[in-house]
Amino acid sequence: MAASSERSPPPFPDSEEPELLEDSDEGADAFTGTSISEMDSPSPDSTRPPKDIFNEPPEDIFSDPLSNINPEPQKKVDTKIPSPSSDEAVDLFSEPLDDDSEVMSSPEVQNPMPDLLNEPVEAPKSDVLCEPPVHKNAARQQDFFEDPPKGSNNSSSSVKKAASAELFGDDEDEEDLFKETPKVVTKKPQPSGPPVDVFTEVKSDVKVKPQVKDDPTDMFTEEALTAPAQKPPASSSSSSRTNGVHSEEQDLFSEATVELSLDSPLNDRKKKDAVKPSLSAPAASVASSSSKAPSKTLEELEEEESEDKFDLNISVTNPEKVGDGMNAYMAYKVSTQVSSLILFTLTRYDTQSKSHTFLIVPQTSLTMFRSKTFTVRRRFSDFLGLYEKLSEKHSQNGYIVPPPPEKSILGMTKVKVGKEDPSSAEFVERRRAALERYLQRVVCHPSLLQDPDVREFLEKEELPRAVSTQALSGAGFLKMLNKATDAVSKMTIKMNEQDVWFDEKIQDVENEEQHMRKLHVMVESLVNHRKELSGNTAVFAKSVAMLGSSEDNTALSRALSQLAEVEDRIEQLHQEQASNDFFTFSELLADYIRLLGAVKGCFDQRMKAWQRWQDAENMLQKKREAEAKLLWANKPDKLQQAKDEIAEWEAKVTQYEREFERISATVRKEVIRFDKEKARDFKRQIVKYLESLLNSQQQLIKYWEAFLPEAKAIA
Amino acid sequence: KIYEPEVHSDRRKWRMRSVSVDLNNDASLVIDIPDALCERDKVKFTVHTKTTLSSFQKPEFSVPRQHEDFIWLHDTIVETEEYAGFIIPPAPPKPDFEGPREKMHKLGEGESSMTKEEYAKMKQELEAEYLAVFKKTVQVHEVFLQRLSSHPMFRKDRNFQIFLEYDQDLSVRRKNAKEMFGGFFKNMVKSADEVLISGVKEVDEFFEQEKNFLLDYSIKIKDATAKAEKMTRSHKNVADDYNHISGALNNTAADNNTAFKNMCVLQKVEDRMASDQELKLTELLRYYTRDIQAAKDLLYRRARALADYENSNKALDKARLKGKDVAQAEENQKQCLQKFDKLSESGKKELTSFKARRVVAFRKNLIEMTELEIKHAKNSVSLLQGSIEILKSN
Repeated sequence: MAASSERSPPPFPDSEEPELLEDSDEGADAFTGTSISEMDSPSPDSTRPPKDIFNEPPEDIFSDPLSNINPEPQKKVDTKIPSPSSDEAVDLFSEPLDDDSEVMSSPEVQNPMPDLLNEPVEAPKSDVLCEPPVHKNAARQQDFFEDPPKGSNNSSSSVKKAASAELFGDDEDEEDLFKETPKVVTKKPQPSGPPVDVFTEVKSDVKVKPQVKDDPTDMFTEEALTAPAQKPPASSSSSSRTNGVHSEEQDLFSEATVELSLDSPLNDRKKKDAVKPSLSAPAASVASSSSKAPSKTLEELEEEESEDKFDLNISVTNPEKVGDGMNAYMAYKVSTQVSSLILFTLTRYDTQSKSHTFLIVPQTSLTMFRSKTFTVRRRFSDFLGLYEKLSEKHSQNGYIVPPPPEKSILGMTKVKVGKEDPSSAEFVERRRAALERYLQRVVCHPSLLQDPDVREFLEKEELPRAVSTQALSGAGFLKMLNKATDAVSKMTIKMNEQDVWFDEKIQDVENEEQHMRKLHVMVESLVNHRKELSGNTAVFAKSVAMLGSSEDNTALSRALSQLAEVEDRIEQLHQEQASNDFFTFSELLADYIRLLGAVKGCFDQRMKAWQRWQDAENMLQKKREAEAKLLWANKPDKLQQAKDEIAEWEAKVTQYEREFERISATVRKEVIRFDKEKARDFKRQIVKYLESLLNSQQQLIKYWEAFLPEAKAIA
Repeated sequence: KIYEPEVHSDRRKWRMRSVSVDLNNDASLVIDIPDALCERDKVKFTVHTKTTLSSFQKPEFSVPRQHEDFIWLHDTIVETEEYAGFIIPPAPPKPDFEGPREKMHKLGEGESSMTKEEYAKMKQELEAEYLAVFKKTVQVHEVFLQRLSSHPMFRKDRNFQIFLEYDQDLSVRRKNAKEMFGGFFKNMVKSADEVLISGVKEVDEFFEQEKNFLLDYSIKIKDATAKAEKMTRSHKNVADDYNHISGALNNTAADNNTAFKNMCVLQKVEDRMASDQELKLTELLRYYTRDIQAAKDLLYRRARALADYENSNKALDKARLKGKDVAQAEENQKQCLQKFDKLSESGKKELTSFKARRVVAFRKNLIEMTELEIKHAKNSVSLLQGSIEILKSN
């Protein structure tokens, strides 16, 4: 019991990937839980020396990992050793407790684990080691990829064996099985196959392989598939392989921590939904503990996710005017570069989200994107079209869909009409940058990245023209109308907020938007004033030059013309700074004002879900009253119909309530993600901005220092 | 309520930074304005004099003077015939507190609607601006007196000595409307005259050159002054924006306070940069715009004298022709010639020294400005570096 309750915090069903929740019928929560565990589990291990783990009784092992979870998520190297032990222990203890129905015998459980352990050590080793150069692009990647090999080296199979051996007598067989990969694989299913729903579920959650979940056999076959692929040095397969290995290791850890809690909440829920069986004691405890910690886990999750970012390099370049007159439009080159790490990341995401849809084909990045770099040409309305599609699909589920820059008829008309106007060039550049940031935000979003429309947008040569965004008149007007009605309904819906977190957050977002708007106005004025300053400096420089030419004292005349030059340079400096003001600061604020709008949209969606639920609740109430009346009036003929209706509405209420809960969880997760991202974005941009200021001040010093001797030379 | 900044405490500081217009530091007559008080739209200066000259009754004394007294002094000197050959130091411009006053008004109006922080910030801004204007005002008045005191002729002027010594209110009579109009009319005539006289053939090459140079230079320097004013004004706007932004940032992100406080200081640095630029460069240009006008006035007076002389020549010829009043005409002609010669002689000296003075003043101010620019830029560099470090570390 104690062990189980302790372990419970990490898995937070709701917290993890939203897609999972949507896609998976059964194991959704489990998946989320797993991913959490992925992150968490490694750290505890790293902190502890392996020896202790083994020496100590299993209970201790469990408790420690939990406490240490947060500190060092990245170190996965050492983790392996401890993890197996913990995993196994978990399995042993947890499973009996949790799953009465799905009983696992401990040995069976173990099988998969050694498998995992051995694999990284042996088969992948060579691959893994070879791989790093490929992945070295990003520091983070290195960590990821290098870790596994080190870990395997350090820990060495012997240690693991010993560990597993200590705990379980049987590993020898299993090890062999696994080492021999291809042949063995087929065998494996049999030992592990029958027993364990729990086990499989856990697995799937954790890992890369989607198939695992449904069937133990799938899991193994999966491995079989990948294993052979490795052996030939095909780069693609090998890379996926590494990923797989890596994730498996993670699985181990995650399993250890997660399993108990994960399964139990999941199962609990399912059960609740379905039949509401009596809960076993451990399950209950788990559930309760799970409810306490969700936000924390969420954040941890977020961190993990954030690390995966920026691996998909998207750039929007080469704005080009196509056509003439009012039919002209700007086309942009959208280049996407998938770095190696993203392969891994994508794989993982993919696995998680698609696990239910793609059972057989292991998802690799290669199936997601056809090549590593691709370039397409898109016009502005395409970007808007992408947004329309995404927001249609996702915003109702509570996702924050990054909004694209607004259409600007004035700006575009200028571009269309004016030939080489500097202001229109600025407009185009501004828009280009905004579009780039927009796309980057989209692909940064783990679930939007999964969207086929996004992929299509980045990849496909020809895109069907986005019609709805074409004219402001038609669709735009409708949209405005929609927004207006939304606003009205928003006013009419009075939601008494039960959740303090949401209550505060909604306020926060509101305030933040206010501040941002204010700040934005100020920064805009800074930009304008600096531009003015730059213009005035230029004029002054000219004037000083004239004065210098009139001056009859040679040295003074020289100094004045030098001064004019200095002022000229300073003018340049001001100009650059003004554009820095604008692009790094002002645009950042503009973006976030838009994004905060999207966040508010999320809250609205949640409120709508709540309203639907409440409406259903009211309806159910009415139906019940009607039934009561019928009973009283003694009209048995209609009673049955009334009962049916009640049942129907009861179902609806549960459904809506669940939907509301789901959307709440998603929104919450999204907002946390958003906050994180925002903090990071702001920090990065402000540092960048300050650096630009710093740079211009340093230039200023240089200019004046060069001028000083000139001034001194006046005689 | 009338808002009075505490100028006194800051007095010494600005002394060090005044635009002085190279004055030979003759210890026999040292004048400064250690104190000034702003009452409504009047500024009362305390003029402090230290002297070893026997023409003064005491070696050291202070008297209260108003802006109008300075103007009176200037006018009497301009009107003194014997000073026609000198470049008369330009009168200090009327104190202009419009800017700060307007802001003060806004502050008073918006007091209720502003947050405490905003109010404090506004007040601070106002104080800074007020102080800047005040400093400038005091400085130009001081420079005017110092120019007079360093001039071998003006320092002996009776009116000047009265101005310095008389310990009561001078209570100079304000010009009445008629005189004001007269002055205006005189100016009109003068500028019309100038055009006419510029047509007079110059006999002396030095003055010919000088005239061309001054005419050209005055146009250029006027232009440069206007542009510099514009530039400093927009610089100040930028500084103001920094100020507002730092305030807003403080609101937005409470956790990064330290970094944004630096932003705040940055604003101050930027502000100082702007006002120093204003003080060193713009004021210099402004001053020389006026000084060049004074030099031009000298040329005008000389040209006037030249014209008079030529006219007297003509009159003499006529008189000789008619054989009437010849002696008187001769006398007149002689006087005109004398006057013209005297003017030319002292004018030549004055213009030469003016040139030297200008070069020295430009040098001094340009050096000071450059040094200040460097200093301020270095300040902001270290501030920015600090902010970046703070941001990066957390």
